Amino acid sequence: MLSIQKLRIAAISTAVIAFAATGGSALAQKKYDTGATDTEIKIGNIMPYSGPASAYGMIGKTEEAYFKMVNDSGGINGRKVTFISYDDAYSPPKAVEQARKLVESDEVLLVFNPLGTPSNSAIQKYLNAKKVPQLFVATGATKWNDPKDFPWTMGWQPSYQSEGQIYAKFLLKEKPDAKIAVLYQNDDFGKDYLKGIKDGLGAKAATMLIAEESYEVSEPTVDSHIVKLKSLNPDVVISITTPKFAAQTIKKIAELSWKPLQIVANVSSSIGSVMKPAGFEAAQDVLSANYGKDASDEQWKNDPGMKKWAAFVDKYLPDANRIDSNLVYGYGAAQTLHKVLEMCGNDLTRANVMKQAASLKDFTTDTLLPGVKINTSATDFAPISSLQMMRFKGEKWELFGDIISADATAN
Amino acid sequence: MSALQEIVDVTPVEATPKKYIALGGYASVAVLVLLIAAPLFAKNFIIFQMTMWLIYAIAVLALNILTGGSGQFSLGQSAFYAVGAYTSAILMEHFNVNYALTLPIAGVICFAFGYVFGQPALRLSGVYLALATFALATAMPQLLKLGYFEHWTGGVQGLVVTKPDAPFGLPMSQDMWLYYFTLVISIMIYVFSVNLLKSRSGRAMMAIRDNEIAASAMGVDVALYKTLAFGISAGITGVAGGLGAIAVQFVAPDSYTIQLAIALFLGMVVGGVGWLPGSLAGSAFIVFVPNIAESVSKGLSGAVFGAILIVIIFVLPHGARQIAYLSQHWINKLIHK
Repeated sequence: MLSIQKLRIAAISTAVIAFAATGGSALAQKKYDTGATDTEIKIGNIMPYSGPASAYGMIGKTEEAYFKMVNDSGGINGRKVTFISYDDAYSPPKAVEQARKLVESDEVLLVFNPLGTPSNSAIQKYLNAKKVPQLFVATGATKWNDPKDFPWTMGWQPSYQSEGQIYAKFLLKEKPDAKIAVLYQNDDFGKDYLKGIKDGLGAKAATMLIAEESYEVSEPTVDSHIVKLKSLNPDVVISITTPKFAAQTIKKIAELSWKPLQIVANVSSSIGSVMKPAGFEAAQDVLSANYGKDASDEQWKNDPGMKKWAAFVDKYLPDANRIDSNLVYGYGAAQTLHKVLEMCGNDLTRANVMKQAASLKDFTTDTLLPGVKINTSATDFAPISSLQMMRFKGEKWELFGDIISADATAN
Repeated sequence: MSALQEIVDVTPVEATPKKYIALGGYASVAVLVLLIAAPLFAKNFIIFQMTMWLIYAIAVLALNILTGGSGQFSLGQSAFYAVGAYTSAILMEHFNVNYALTLPIAGVICFAFGYVFGQPALRLSGVYLALATFALATAMPQLLKLGYFEHWTGGVQGLVVTKPDAPFGLPMSQDMWLYYFTLVISIMIYVFSVNLLKSRSGRAMMAIRDNEIAASAMGVDVALYKTLAFGISAGITGVAGGLGAIAVQFVAPDSYTIQLAIALFLGMVVGGVGWLPGSLAGSAFIVFVPNIAESVSKGLSGAVFGAILIVIIFVLPHGARQIAYLSQHWINKLIHK
């Protein structure tokens, strides 16, 4: 039988524990900005569901499905995510209108993964003036990594310039006497890459770079450009092209029985939408670089991360085209935001969202290559900045060499 | 008394009664009061949308003068809009010119551009002219991307424009100030346009529209008035472009594609060709209906927009003008019962 003394001690210690427990939660005060409550987190998004870039709309649909999955499994720290996505048709004035609608009418906590360099440029100043996070923008332009002037804007994928620099570094090391020809798309994407390559080559750019050929995205084919490049007889061709043109380039070069060293930009490294249409025969030994896994690549079939991704697609996007790389992209970006919101805990203020987004340490999503880590800091707003070189062999990419980091700073 | 003298003595019938191109007195006042009062009860975001509505209305009005007034087609209005927008943006950002002063400059430059473009375009008519202007619209975004101009235009990255504050310390938000500023300019342009079409020049343009040969037989300098119409239309579009750049705070080549030209054309048809107040209705259509279509279905927003458009063209082939006439008819009936 317990003595009264002992009972008293037990009662006191229980009280102390109970107090500590309640006191603890009282200390971690709940703080909210517009767009977050005890039960809900509102996230805004802008995508080109219509217009010339509508293929990217799949990214928005994937993200919507991802947060539906999050909600079905209990939400983030007990809060459901409301994902509001609007169409800007890839038009900057429309993007401004939609961003204002999200911030002033729907009152979202943050704007996540809006797509396209022109649209993001258009809304950047507005969102920064309003102090609304413009988080993980879906464009590879270099200018998003500028925490000093735009503390509310952050990129996600590696910048085009840093990828261009990686190719230049590779060539300087492996083929220092190469004569390089560059075929590039005449827009911000193409020009950013070209700048990266030139920066990477440094003083040797003048002698190594023998041709810069540009094409317009409205041209039906790039065949004539390839024929012209062949006449200049370079031994390296860097193809800074979007998927359709990348496939044409690889195919035409093979048709001409020409065998230069070929490098294709990461955006066009999809097996399903580039290598297969170009013909596996023609695509042998083509080089590229990547940071994420390719869903159409057999080597990831038993990868635990990609298995999770596949289960997600089966359940939430059953009608989607699985070889569409946008499904992998959207999943990875959404998972990064999921992590940031988890880290925010009960302090869902806009300032804390940016603070947590800038404190990611060695985070990795299910879809990133092994070894590619997401790292950010108060002065580094470029979450993914490393890539690995790869070579096309048989029907898949073979990764080789080290993970190369190229933190290009904004200028 | 000679037969000629007899004709001259008869009081001339107004060639183009005002009601065919403008609203009546009461209706004008009612619309104006609504336009002035509305922003007092709206959120900033709605005010911004209304500003864009007015700006596109100016651009639609400009096309209306060209097509409804002089009977020429243009699918190249986006090019003039772009030139106006870039003129304002470059003057504001590179030369620190006051935003209000950039608008007349944008107008003059676009007038000159339209006038010069109108010279060769004169030799074409109907669909051929539409194609020539179409070429201008498709070429414009690429011209703006040219490396040669990049220092000024910002190339593919575009230019960010600073939004003006309300002057004299007026207690209103930037959006509200910009709305009233746009409204004043819209009214000025509207009054100018109505008077233009009622003037000798306007009658000359309409004569060309109705029958070019007859007009030239009457002594109208067809070439001059056609290019003049082009120039004026381009100039007004340029002012709209400049206002658009200030309101959106950003210019980039991708903002001014052929899509914009087609949207303006749509706005004119929906509003009623040749009826100037219809520009407001047409502009409302191109600003708000895409949002309605999107809320119906995200994946099929284009199809929904198309369906709405077909229904409108089918039910109201003369656009908003038809509604205005019908309601006027009913109101008169009610009053005179």
